[in-house]
Amino acid sequence: MGSVVLENVTKAYAEGVCAVDAVSFRVESAQLMVLLGPSGCGKTTTLRMIAGLDSVDSGRILIDDREVHAVEPKDRDIAMVFQNYALYPHMSVAENMAFGLKLRGCPRREIAPRVQQAAAMLGLEALLDRRPGALSGGQRQRVALGRALVRQPRVFLLDEPLSNLDAGLRASMRMEIARLHRAVKATMIYVTHDQVEAMTLGQRIVVMDGGRVQQDDTPLRIYERPANLFVAGFLGSPSMNLLRGRLDVVAACVQVTDAGHLDLPEDSVVRRALAAHEGREVVVGLRPEALALATTEAGAMPTLEAELDLVEHVGNEAFLNMRFGAHAVVARVPPQALPESGRCVRVTYDPRRMHFFDAGSGQRIDTDASA
Amino acid sequence: MKLRLASVCVNGTLIGMALIALFPLLWMLSVSFMQPGMASALPPPLLPAHPTFANYRDLFAQSGMGGYFLNSLLIATIATLISLVFNLMAGYAFAKLRFAGRERLFQALIGGLVIPAQVAMMPLFLLLKWMGLVDTYLGVMAPMLVTIFGIFLVRQYARSIPDELLEAARIDGAGEGRIFVQIVLPLLKPIVVTLAIFTFLASWNDFMWPLIVLTSQQHYTLPVALAALSRERVQDTEQMMAGAVVTMLPVLALFLMMQRHYIQGLLLGSVKG
Repeated sequence: MGSVVLENVTKAYAEGVCAVDAVSFRVESAQLMVLLGPSGCGKTTTLRMIAGLDSVDSGRILIDDREVHAVEPKDRDIAMVFQNYALYPHMSVAENMAFGLKLRGCPRREIAPRVQQAAAMLGLEALLDRRPGALSGGQRQRVALGRALVRQPRVFLLDEPLSNLDAGLRASMRMEIARLHRAVKATMIYVTHDQVEAMTLGQRIVVMDGGRVQQDDTPLRIYERPANLFVAGFLGSPSMNLLRGRLDVVAACVQVTDAGHLDLPEDSVVRRALAAHEGREVVVGLRPEALALATTEAGAMPTLEAELDLVEHVGNEAFLNMRFGAHAVVARVPPQALPESGRCVRVTYDPRRMHFFDAGSGQRIDTDASA
Repeated sequence: MKLRLASVCVNGTLIGMALIALFPLLWMLSVSFMQPGMASALPPPLLPAHPTFANYRDLFAQSGMGGYFLNSLLIATIATLISLVFNLMAGYAFAKLRFAGRERLFQALIGGLVIPAQVAMMPLFLLLKWMGLVDTYLGVMAPMLVTIFGIFLVRQYARSIPDELLEAARIDGAGEGRIFVQIVLPLLKPIVVTLAIFTFLASWNDFMWPLIVLTSQQHYTLPVALAALSRERVQDTEQMMAGAVVTMLPVLALFLMMQRHYIQGLLLGSVKG
């Protein structure tokens, strides 16, 4: 039940701003797909078009292979959970959850058990007679989930459902949503700007920016093989170090602009792939975990010299904010005895974990023969 | 000590001013219980020497005040109910529904607020005459049935309702009518009460328009009847005051009962808009 397909869906607002530009993706039945991107990237507009709350300018949306262009939101068999909960404040929790069922002509004897069942799944049994105003943020969000759940729709649409909650509650609600998805085996499209939510919840992630799909893949592949500079910079905290330079395959290095050089990986497949870009401007990407402080015995890895700007301790790890020539570089290291700020340090990097992007187009340069 | 002196001064001044404001009303009440002619004595007495209900009895028995009272009640009640329906729907539509020319139409309406009611009276009268509504209850109610101020008040308040609430209801399967009745109206309750009191008071107290549009005495509202009565019985001050009390008392009671909602509604309308 509940596959969703978008084919070249486009939406422009009256002011001529293109909010969603030829977006295409497919969400398989029972899959939890995350639409991830920064504010204003078009992810919520995409979700609203699937819900039928916003019209589509061009392109097609299909739910279970049925085109829903002219179908009213109520007839699409979807349920939506809003960022600000959107609970009816004058109705009790039970009434909020039963409202949709009543409107669909569900018999009274069926409504009560379904509400009870959803309440039991979400731990809301004791709150059924309360009004939303008397609930905490987390409880309200649970009621919003319950209201969607009780309808047993084909597709759940969740629009940044956790962004109004504090960090601790967000983590527990995240687990609750994952558990819920496993229990009801429903199709879910989850919109968020939070990469942790996206990585932990999503079976697939569609990364959006500027109204376009930047990458559509599994969370791990998006992290390990970002399709372009935007995805590379957006996913990961701290984000990937991006160093612009000129590729010199003959000398087996990249001359980083206003800094030193970085050695290329020794893998001949990688070098062959890079040879096509010889002499061109590229951006080298290195995740903070691909960098480490050089020790005396670490002889195998190439190193670079950088000035340590600031050390950020976060308990289980530390971030070294450094300057490599004109570039800011961050390394993620264990919280060991660390040098003081302001000193020059030698940092090793792992060339096998380098990502290469074309500086002009921003697209990934495929160096993996199997890719 | 200083603080106490200041509070005594402020409260004393406020009580003094409240008494000055209340004095004419209390004197009106007092005169309405005086024997005929007593109020015209010099110096005028503040309290009745021999209190009597005769003025009230005569007012209802001889001057037909009961009929005028019912006219006023009927007109104010129906005008309030109909104006609530129109103003609430229009205000909600301007706040939450998307339609072509919404903002321009609303700006034009707001522009209409600067036109004094008196200026519009003559064209309105001619219009009602053409429609055959002069000297009818509907003619008296007509200007009250939709008001720009009412639409504005509702719109400002309705704008504070989150769009997501209406969208959630749409997804739940509610049509626009049901959304208005089951979701929006309960949320607009404070402004409904405010608008109802406001319209009822305005209609009940209105003098000028009923005077223009009503010609036969049996259709008169209380203020018009009272004015006519005062012309007929120039000397009968005590009965006039009884008439004024009858005119004022119901709306005063209504206002005192509902003033909490009234003030709350006005404040909400202005702050949340």
